[in-house]
Amino acid sequence: MYTQGLLDHSEETEETPEFLAAFQKRIDQEEKIEPHDPMPRAYRKTLIRQISQHAHSEIVGMLPEGNWITRAPTLKRKAVLLAKVQDEGGHGLYLYAAAETLGISRLEMTEQLLKGEAKYSSIFNYPTLTWADIGAIGWLVDGAAIMNQIPLCRCSYGPYARAMIKICKEESFHQRQGYEVMMTLAEGSKEQRDMAQDALNRWWWPSLMMFGPPDTESSNTDQSMKWKIKRFTNDQLRQKFLDAAIPQAKRINLTIPDKNLKWNKKLNNGRGGYSHGPIDWEEFWRVVKGGGPMARDRLRARKKAWDGGKWVRDAATAYARKVKR
Amino acid sequence: MEKETLLWEVFVRSKNGLSHKHVGSIHASDKMMALNSARDTYTRRNEGISIWVVPSHLITASTSNDISDALANSENKIYRHPSFYDIPDDVGHM
Ligand SMILES: [Fe+2]
Ligand SMILES: [Fe+2]
Repeated sequence: MYTQGLLDHSEETEETPEFLAAFQKRIDQEEKIEPHDPMPRAYRKTLIRQISQHAHSEIVGMLPEGNWITRAPTLKRKAVLLAKVQDEGGHGLYLYAAAETLGISRLEMTEQLLKGEAKYSSIFNYPTLTWADIGAIGWLVDGAAIMNQIPLCRCSYGPYARAMIKICKEESFHQRQGYEVMMTLAEGSKEQRDMAQDALNRWWWPSLMMFGPPDTESSNTDQSMKWKIKRFTNDQLRQKFLDAAIPQAKRINLTIPDKNLKWNKKLNNGRGGYSHGPIDWEEFWRVVKGGGPMARDRLRARKKAWDGGKWVRDAATAYARKVKR
Repeated sequence: MEKETLLWEVFVRSKNGLSHKHVGSIHASDKMMALNSARDTYTRRNEGISIWVVPSHLITASTSNDISDALANSENKIYRHPSFYDIPDDVGHM
């Protein structure tokens, strides 16, 4: 409704200093901004970019895991994986709907993705080589996503915050099923343990990269924090993730592939935390820009799904027209 | 450019006795498709016992200005609240 509603609002918001100050005051008072409210152009633009990237990530994120649905080792694991991948599809739809309230259409977003103009999380440009990768993704990738998403439930933009609340509720089994897969493998035969360790080795660094570039190099963070779109910086979230994941790895006798990992008493305001070795940001930027091993494959798969669905969309529209008559 | 399917708003009644609540929107070309995809998208975990779908363009929404005017109008009618009236304690609960 908001999309159409917005199109009626032809008057452009004039961004006077008074207007900007009043807007900031609403944010500072923890008021939620709703679709019809006047908002600075940059606020709208930032949200459209962030929410659509988030939606694309959910949708493209179905591909690496979808790769293992037919090969899940048991019927139970297959049913669980199917439910999880279906959830991710739903998350994508909630988020596209939230972005549409800002005046962009889902079709435009889809086209941006298919043309390779839109970004999505770099993590999904890595391949899922073994069954253990499904465990590692649930545990680490969904784990990192949850760290990111929990504070987004308090985002200043109402439709995004509400979508995140629903998503966070649904995510709760995603990480647990992944950790359970890892735990089962880690308690199994030597081959199974090795498979789990190998998956951890390959997914660990890309998972740390999911939080984005370090604060010193992240250009949008300050404004997003001021507008309460973000509540924590990239490095703060990465720290929370490290402190949670490292004991989880120890618990199942897997080794984090970082020789420089150490306990640092000074972190977290003196409560202590783990500090990690250097992250290969060159790899990160290469993969974000479409250089990951699977980037071309992912877009090809999305395009195939979109083109393959065209006759269904056309038929449905034709049928609706016929029934109306 | 391909024409986009119609946008629908989805409302779900979570349980008997509660009102339908807006949960989000979906795209569909007709009513049945709208109901089916609303079910698949928003009620994968028994979130509801009833779903409404409404074509989004049929909803007329107030703007935040309309609403703040309306609120300002009732804000000064404090005599609509029971606490406006001073009744002695010994009258008992009223
Ligand atoms: Fe998700
Ligand atoms: Fe998930």
